[in-house]
Amino acid sequence: MEVDQLTFKTLGERAILISWEEIIEKDILKEILQCKKIIQENYIKSNVEVNNTYNSLLINYGLGIENTYDEISVLKKLLLNINFDQKMKVNTYILPVCYEEEFALDLEEICQDKDLSSEEFIKLHTSSIYTLYFIGFLPGFLYLGGLPKTLQIPRKKTPRLHVKKGAVGIGEKQTGIYPQNSAGGWQLIGNCPLTLFDSSQTSPSPFLPGDEVRFKSISKNEHQETLRQVEMGAYKIENIKG
Amino acid sequence: MSVKVIKEGLLSSVQDLGRFGFAGWGVPQSGVMDRYSAKMANLLVGNEEFEAVMELTLLGPILEFQEEVLIVVVGIEAQATLNGQKIELLKPFLVDKGDQLHIQQITQGVRAYIAISGGFKTKEFLKSRSQYYPITSYAGLQKGETLPFDLQSEDLPQNFAGIKYDIKRYVSKVLEVYKGPEWDRLSNELQIQLQIQMLTISKNNSRMAYQIDEQFPNSLEGMLSQPVLPGTVQLTPDGSLIILMRDAQTTGGYPRIFQLTEESIQILSQKKQGDKVEFKCIY
Repeated sequence: MEVDQLTFKTLGERAILISWEEIIEKDILKEILQCKKIIQENYIKSNVEVNNTYNSLLINYGLGIENTYDEISVLKKLLLNINFDQKMKVNTYILPVCYEEEFALDLEEICQDKDLSSEEFIKLHTSSIYTLYFIGFLPGFLYLGGLPKTLQIPRKKTPRLHVKKGAVGIGEKQTGIYPQNSAGGWQLIGNCPLTLFDSSQTSPSPFLPGDEVRFKSISKNEHQETLRQVEMGAYKIENIKG
Repeated sequence: MSVKVIKEGLLSSVQDLGRFGFAGWGVPQSGVMDRYSAKMANLLVGNEEFEAVMELTLLGPILEFQEEVLIVVVGIEAQATLNGQKIELLKPFLVDKGDQLHIQQITQGVRAYIAISGGFKTKEFLKSRSQYYPITSYAGLQKGETLPFDLQSEDLPQNFAGIKYDIKRYVSKVLEVYKGPEWDRLSNELQIQLQIQMLTISKNNSRMAYQIDEQFPNSLEGMLSQPVLPGTVQLTPDGSLIILMRDAQTTGGYPRIFQLTEESIQILSQKKQGDKVEFKCIY
C-alpha cells in the first residue's frame, strides 16, 4: 500500500482518521501499526492519542489543537517514505482457559451445531495463534483475529445481561475475553482466570495491538489455583518475547 | 480536609477533563459533560480549569463540609440551599465547618457543577479523577463517603467579577456538526432529511450516549468496528440515531454520519428527554 492510496479524513475539529480497505487482514494491521509507531514517535506523547481498529487509525489531538485541517498534509508528509517491509517485534502471550461446563455456557450447543466433540473444539481453539487487532468495547477487551473457520459462529441474537469477568467468547471471526463483569453478546466457551486489565496501574494492560495470543486448556482445579495466585500477585503471564 | 456526602442525589460524580492517551486500551475519555459550565465553576473559585469538580444531574446531593472553604455552584438554573438558606448560582461563597449544602433540583438544563477552591483531590486512575466504572470503583458518589480537597488560599480570587457565564448558548436547538466518515454512504434524500428534521431527545440519554426518538429507515450495511469519539453520531441499520457522549466506548460498528463540535456536545449535555434539537452541517 502506498500512502496516497490511504483515505485521510477529519473527524470533527480535533481528530484525523486514516483508513485502509475495509477488511480484516494481518498485512493491513501491520501497515497500520507501522504508521501508528511513526506518528507516536514524531509527536509529543501527551499531545496526541493514536488508536487503531482493523482498518483505521484515529489520531486525536484533544485539547492541543484548534483545528486539524493543516495537519493532514503534515501527516501525509510524515508517512510518505514509510517502509512497510520492516519486521515488527511482537510478543506471544499464552493464556490459560478452563473450558469446563460451568464456564462454557454455549459450548455444547456450538458443538452440536458444528458436529464436533468438545475435545475437538478445544483442540482447535487452543492450536491457533491469534492476533490482537485492537482493544475496544470495554477497557481491556481484546479483539483477537484468527479463529479457525470451523469455529466461526454469529453472536447471540440476544446479548446476555451478565457475563462474568474472564469469560472467553467467540463471535463471527473473532475470539475475546471479557475483562470485567459486563453485558455481552458473544458465545461463551470458557473462562480465563487472569486479570487482564488493572486501572490502578499506569500501564493497565500488557497487551498491544499486533501481539499474538495462544490459549492452553486447564482444569477446574488449575483454574482455581491460578485465581489464587493472581489474587496474591504471584502469577506471571507466559510470554514468548519476539 | 474533606466534604461528606450525606445524600448522593440522582447521579453525582467527581469529574475533571477526563482521560487522554488511554483510548488504545479501550478506556473511555469521561470527564465533565459540559466543559463550559465546569470551567466557569473552576475559574470562579480561582482554580485552573483542569481541576476536578462535582457534576450533578437533575437532583443534586446533600454535602456537609468539614472545613471552611470557598465554593461555587454553576448551572443554568437550580434550587440550592446552604443550611436551609437559599443560595445563588455563579456566586462564590465561603462555607463553614458543619455547613450543609443541598442542591434540591436543577430546574433548567440537566447538569450543574460544584467547584471547590483547590479542587477535589480524590484518587487518580489513569491520570484522571473522573469517575467511570470500572476504571474507578463506582460511577458516582456514594452516600457516606468523604471527598478530600486541598485548601488553596484563604483569600477570595481577585477577578471573578470579570468572568461572564453565557447561558444564552444553551437555549439553542442547533447542534453544529461536521460530516462523518460514512456520510457519503447515505442517500441524497436521507442526507437532506437529517439536516432539516427536528429531533426529539429520547429517554435513553446518559453520560454514555443520547438517543433520538425519530427513526431514519436506511439501507446501510453493517461495518467493521471503527474508532469513535465523544460527539460521534451513529446511524444504526434499524434507523436509530445515537449521539455518543463523554463516557462512550472507544470503538463502534455503526456508520458515523456526523461529528458534533465541542460546543455542541456541551449544549446537548444540558438537554433532557423531550427537548428538541436539529443538526446543522458546518463542513
